[in-house]
Amino acid sequence: MAEHGQESASYAAAGDLEEMELVHPRTFIGKYIWSQDAKVIAIQYGLTAMAIGLVALVLSILMRLQLGFPGVFSLIDPSSYLQYVSMHGMIMVVYLLTALFLGGFGNYLIPLMCGTRDMAFPYLNMLSFWFYLVSVLILVAGFFVPGGATGAGWTLYPPQAISPGTPGADGGVLLMFVSLIVFIAGFTMGGLNYIVTVLQARAQGMTLMRLPLTIWGIFMATVMALLAFPALLVAVLMMMCDMLLGTSFFMPEMLTLGEQSAHEGGSPLLFQHLFWFFGHPEVYIVALPAFGIVSDILATHARKNIFGYRMMVWAIIIIGVLSFVVWAHHMFVSGMNPYFGFLFATTTLIIAVPTAIKVYNWVLTLWKGNIHLTVPMLFAIGFIFTFVNGGLSGLFLGNVTVDVPLADTYFVVGHFHMVMAVAPVLVVFGAIYHWYPKITGRMLDDTLGKIHFWVTFLGAYAIFYPMHFLGFAGVPRRYYAYGETGYIADSVQALNAFISVAAIIVALTQLIFFFNLVWSYYRGRESGPNPWQATTLEWQTAHTPPRHGNFGERLPVVYRWAYDYGVPGAKQDYLPQNMPPEEVEAASDDAEADGEVRP
Amino acid sequence: MAIAIAVIVLALGSILFFFFSPWSLTPLASNWGAIDDTIHITLWVTGAVFVAVNLFLAYVIIRYRYHKQRRSHYEPENKKLEAWLTGLTTIGIAGLLAPGLLVWGSFVSPPEEAHEVEVVGQQWHWSFRFPGEDGRFGAVHNRHISDDNPFGMIDDPAGQDDVLVESPRLVLPVDRPVRMVLRSKDVLHNFKVANFRAKMDMLPGQTSYFWFTPTEVGEYEIVCAQLCGIAHFAMRGRVEVVEEEAFEEWLAGQPTHAELAAREPPDPQAGEGHYATCAACHGREGQGNPDLNAPKLAGLEGWYLERQLELFRNGARGTHDDDTFGQQMRPFAASLPDRQAVTDIAAYIEALPDEPVEASLTGNAERGARLYRTCGSCHGNEGQGIRATNAPRLAGMPDWYLARQLQNFREGVRGRHSEDPYGNQMVDMAQMLVNEQAVDDVVAYIMTLPRAGQVLAAVNPSGEEE
Repeated sequence: MAEHGQESASYAAAGDLEEMELVHPRTFIGKYIWSQDAKVIAIQYGLTAMAIGLVALVLSILMRLQLGFPGVFSLIDPSSYLQYVSMHGMIMVVYLLTALFLGGFGNYLIPLMCGTRDMAFPYLNMLSFWFYLVSVLILVAGFFVPGGATGAGWTLYPPQAISPGTPGADGGVLLMFVSLIVFIAGFTMGGLNYIVTVLQARAQGMTLMRLPLTIWGIFMATVMALLAFPALLVAVLMMMCDMLLGTSFFMPEMLTLGEQSAHEGGSPLLFQHLFWFFGHPEVYIVALPAFGIVSDILATHARKNIFGYRMMVWAIIIIGVLSFVVWAHHMFVSGMNPYFGFLFATTTLIIAVPTAIKVYNWVLTLWKGNIHLTVPMLFAIGFIFTFVNGGLSGLFLGNVTVDVPLADTYFVVGHFHMVMAVAPVLVVFGAIYHWYPKITGRMLDDTLGKIHFWVTFLGAYAIFYPMHFLGFAGVPRRYYAYGETGYIADSVQALNAFISVAAIIVALTQLIFFFNLVWSYYRGRESGPNPWQATTLEWQTAHTPPRHGNFGERLPVVYRWAYDYGVPGAKQDYLPQNMPPEEVEAASDDAEADGEVRP
Repeated sequence: MAIAIAVIVLALGSILFFFFSPWSLTPLASNWGAIDDTIHITLWVTGAVFVAVNLFLAYVIIRYRYHKQRRSHYEPENKKLEAWLTGLTTIGIAGLLAPGLLVWGSFVSPPEEAHEVEVVGQQWHWSFRFPGEDGRFGAVHNRHISDDNPFGMIDDPAGQDDVLVESPRLVLPVDRPVRMVLRSKDVLHNFKVANFRAKMDMLPGQTSYFWFTPTEVGEYEIVCAQLCGIAHFAMRGRVEVVEEEAFEEWLAGQPTHAELAAREPPDPQAGEGHYATCAACHGREGQGNPDLNAPKLAGLEGWYLERQLELFRNGARGTHDDDTFGQQMRPFAASLPDRQAVTDIAAYIEALPDEPVEASLTGNAERGARLYRTCGSCHGNEGQGIRATNAPRLAGMPDWYLARQLQNFREGVRGRHSEDPYGNQMVDMAQMLVNEQAVDDVVAYIMTLPRAGQVLAAVNPSGEEE
C-alpha cells in the first residue's frame, strides 16, 4: 500500500547484525536452558505460564465444586475457598496472561515481526525469564507454608490481607508480596527490552506505521506495564513495611480479632488507589496484545487488509493513555469521596469509544473479505463475540450509578471473565493455532482444534453469561456458601450447579488442546514456511522453525505495510512486507484471482 | 457456517434469556427507582448494539465466506464511514453517561431532612447507633473500643443520648430519608441490602455514607458485600422497615449510652438464689450431667450465658420441633422473673470453679485440627472464646454437648430463628462440616485444647495480662 510510510527509513536498525557476527550457542544448555534466543525464551515463558495457568484452572474447578455442590466436599472449607479465589485471580491475571502475552508472544514475535535478529539485550532477556520462573516458584510455595496461601482476594486489600484471621496472613501473603516483587523486577528487564527492540531494531523500511498491529498491541501494553507495575510494587512494599516493620501506611487504628492493633493513622483507601492505578491498566496490558494479535489473525485468514489501520493504531494508543485515568471506577463504592464518581465515570465511558472503533474495524475487516474458517479464524470470531459482550457489560459497571447495585456481585465476575479472561484466552488459543506452524514446522490437528474451539467458546459463554443475571439478583461474590439468604431464590443454586458442570467440561476439554500440542509436534502435518500465506516478516524466514538469528544471511528489507491482501493491480493474492516492488506481478486482464490458500 | 449460526443463536438467545430468566432485580424497596432506570436504559442500548454488531458479524461471515473465485475488496480506509461510526458511538455513550451522572448527583447529596443512622461493621457482625434526641452523634474512636465500650464512645456530652443497638437488627421508619454513616472496627465491609440498591464500603479509620428512603414496609436481609475474611459469607443482619410510630416505639426501647453506663452491676448473691432450680440438672457446681442431657455451665462467660438465657426466654432458642432438650430448657428460663435475674444468674455461674471434663466421643483430632482453623477465627485458636466476635468458649466444654449443638446448627435445629443472629451465623458456618464424622473430628480436636485458664498461664507466665 503506497500511502503507508512511503518515505524509506534512513536509519540502520541496531539489531541489523550480519549473520556471522552472531555467536551461536553450541551446547544443549546454551540452546535450551540458559538460552539468549528470544524464541527459546518465548517458549520457556509460554510453557511456564501454561503450567501455572493449569494450577489456576484447577483452583477454579475447586471453587466451582464448592459453589455448585456446597457441603459435599470436606476438603473445601471457608479458608481454602478464599485461598483458591485469591490465587486463581492473581495467577490468571499476572502470571498467566501478562507473562504469556508479553513474555511469550512478545518474545517470539517482536524480533521476527520487526525483522531483526534478536532482542536488543539478549542477556537481560534471559534474566527476565529466570526472574519470572523464580517468582512463580515463590508463588507456588505459598500453598505449602503453614497457614497456606493468602486468602485476601487477588486485590490483597488491607487491612484484611495482613490481619490475623485472614488465611495466609502469617506467611502466604508475604510470599505473594515477594513473588510479585520478583515478577515485577523480571518484567522490567523484559519490558525495557521489548520497547528498545521495537523502537530501535526494526528492519530497514519498517516504519512505525508499517508495523503489524500485533507489535503495536504488545508494544503499547509493555509501555503501560512499565508505568503501571511500579504502583503495585510500591503498594506491596508499603504493605510489607506495615506487616514487618510496624509502619502504618495502610493500617488505621483498628481491632484484629477483638484486640487493639498497634497501627495508627494509615489509610486502606490509599492502597486501593495504588492497586487500581496498576490494576486497571493491567486489564489493557492483557487486552491490547490480544487486540493486536486478533487483528492480524482476522486480516490473514480473511485475505483482507485490516480496515482503518491508522485508526486502529491510534485507538491502541488512546486506550493505553486513557486507561491510566479511569482506575477509580473500581472504587465507586469503596467509600472514597463520592464526587470522584463524576470524573471517573466520564473518563471510563470515553474509553468505550476507541474500544468500540476497534470492534467495528475488526468486523469491517471481515466485510468484503474472503473468509477462511480456519481454527485461528474461529477463535478470532469467538473473541469478537465474547469481547462485544464483555465490553458492553463494562458500560454498566463504568457508569457510576449503574455500578452501585452491581458492584461486588456476580455481574462483576461475569463481566471481567468475559472481557479479560475468556476473550484474551480465545485469542491466545487462536494465536497458538496460527503461529504453531512457524514455531514447530508442523500444523496443529484441525479436528481436535475445532472440538477444542467449540466446547471452549460455547462452554465459556454458558459459564459466564448467566452470572450477569445472578448479579442483577444481587448475589454477592466471594461467598463460600449462600445458605438460606432470603432474597436469593433456590433456583440460584440450580444455576450454580449448571455453571459448575459447564466449567468442568470446559476445563477437561483443555486436555485435548494440550494433547494436540504434543501430538502435532511429532505427528502433525508439515506446514512449510508460510502455510497461511501471510504477509508479515515472521513467515518469510529462511528456515522454519527460524534458527538463531531469525533471518539467515540477510535481514529483510520492508517495502510495504503488513496488510497487502488482494491488492488491486497485483496478481498475487498477498504481498509479503519484504517483497520488492519489482516482483509484484501485474494482474492479468481477466483478473483471475489466486484465491487458493490451503494446500 | 456453523460459527455464523452460533453467533446468531447466541446473540438472540442471550436476549431471550434476559426476558425469560427467573433471575432479575430484587423488588425495589427504596427511592432509588432512578438507579433501576439507568440499568434499564443501559440494558436497552447495549442490548441493541449487541444484537446489531453480532448479526452484522454473522451476515458478513456468511456473505463473504471463502470462495475460490473471490478476491477480497481492498479498502484500507473509509474516512467517512469511520467518522460516522465514531460520531454515533460518541452520541450513544453520552446518552448512557448523562442519566448516570444525573442520578449520581442526587446519590451524593442526602436531603436536608434525612435522619442519621450509624452502621458499625466488625468481623462478622453489624451494630447500629442513632444520634438520640440532640440529633448529634457523640465522638467515637476505634482506640476506645473494648468489651465494655463496643462502640468506642469517647467521653462526649453529645454521645450520652446516643442510642446503641448491639444486635444486627435495624429498624427504620418507612418513607423517611436516612443517611447511613458507615464505619468499621477492623477490616473493610460493605453494607448491602439488595432491595435498597444503594450500598457502600465501610472502612476503619474513616466514615463513608450513602442515603436512601425506604419505601416499602417489610423485612430485608443485610449482607456484607466486601470480602472481610473467612466468615464474610455469614455476616448477615436484618433491616425492618416499619411505620413511623412503630419505629419510635422500637427506638425508645433501645438503651442510650448513658443508660448502659448507669446499669447496675450484676449481683452474684442474688443469682445464687435463682440457681437452685438449675442445679437439679446442671449440678451444684455447674459441672453438668450427661445422663440428664444437661451441659456443663461452669467456665462459660457471663455475657454468653445471659444471651442464651434471653434466647430461651423469648423463644428464639428451644422452640424448634426437633430440639427436644432445648424445649426442656425453655420453661426454666421462662420462669426467671426479669432481665436482672438473668444477669445475676449469669454472673453467679461465671464465678463457679471450672473442672476439666472427660472425653466421651472418638473423633480424629488431627483431621479436626484442619477444620478448626475456621472456628478459631471467632472462637480463638485455643477455643478460649472471644467476646468481641460474640463467640463463646469451647475449650473445656463437654464433647457430647458440642457435637450435639454442631449437629443442631448444621441441620438448622438451632440458630435459624430470626432473633438469633449469631445462631444464624453458626448455621452458615456449620455447613462446612459435611458429615457426622467431621463434627466428631472437630470436637475431638477441641477436646485436646488446653483449658482457658491454663492457656493464659502458658502464653504469659508472668500473668501480667488480665
